[in-house]
Amino acid sequence: MIRSELIQKIADENPHLTQRHVERIVNTVFDEIIEALAKGDRVELRGFGAFSVKERDARTGRNPRTGESVEVEDKKVPFFKTGKLLRDRLNGKA
Amino acid sequence: MSEKTLTRMDLSEAVFREVGLSRNESAALVESVLKHVSDALATGETVKISSFGTFSVRDKSARVGRNPKTGDEVPISPRRVLTFRPSHLMKERVANGKKR
Repeated sequence: MIRSELIQKIADENPHLTQRHVERIVNTVFDEIIEALAKGDRVELRGFGAFSVKERDARTGRNPRTGESVEVEDKKVPFFKTGKLLRDRLNGKA
Repeated sequence: MSEKTLTRMDLSEAVFREVGLSRNESAALVESVLKHVSDALATGETVKISSFGTFSVRDKSARVGRNPKTGDEVPISPRRVLTFRPSHLMKERVANGKKR
């Protein structure tokens, strides 16, 4: 399923809303999650999962082609942990 | 500033602000987004949200695990797990967000 299919499904269920409205709703949900993570905040959606930011320490990496070592700066990366209900559903338990 | 935890309520509030539907309807629509994503994943489908990221379901085969406390061997049954791969945009926003 891609973004446009998700928008279509929700639009079909809400005939009183225009396609443009549904687009803005769906985009707002995903944009809000990105904005929160950019600020370093967590987003916890019970039953679905939690988005958070993990800090990776600086390390000395290596260029796999040349074998040269390179300094890799510390960085922040997005992380998602699946919620219990969704994990159970994937395994046919809920 | 210390970090906060956002919930469904904050997402509904954002929809309420941005789109101007009632608070109740905004909350119902946020729930509907999560439900449709979950439903697709539960059937094993990959969910690809452009400029956000990709959720995909992976099958893990059975293996022998170990109870770390007792050292006992325990069989781990085959299972399906969800992985999320953030988009370049999300990675960039998170990496640059607070730093400069």
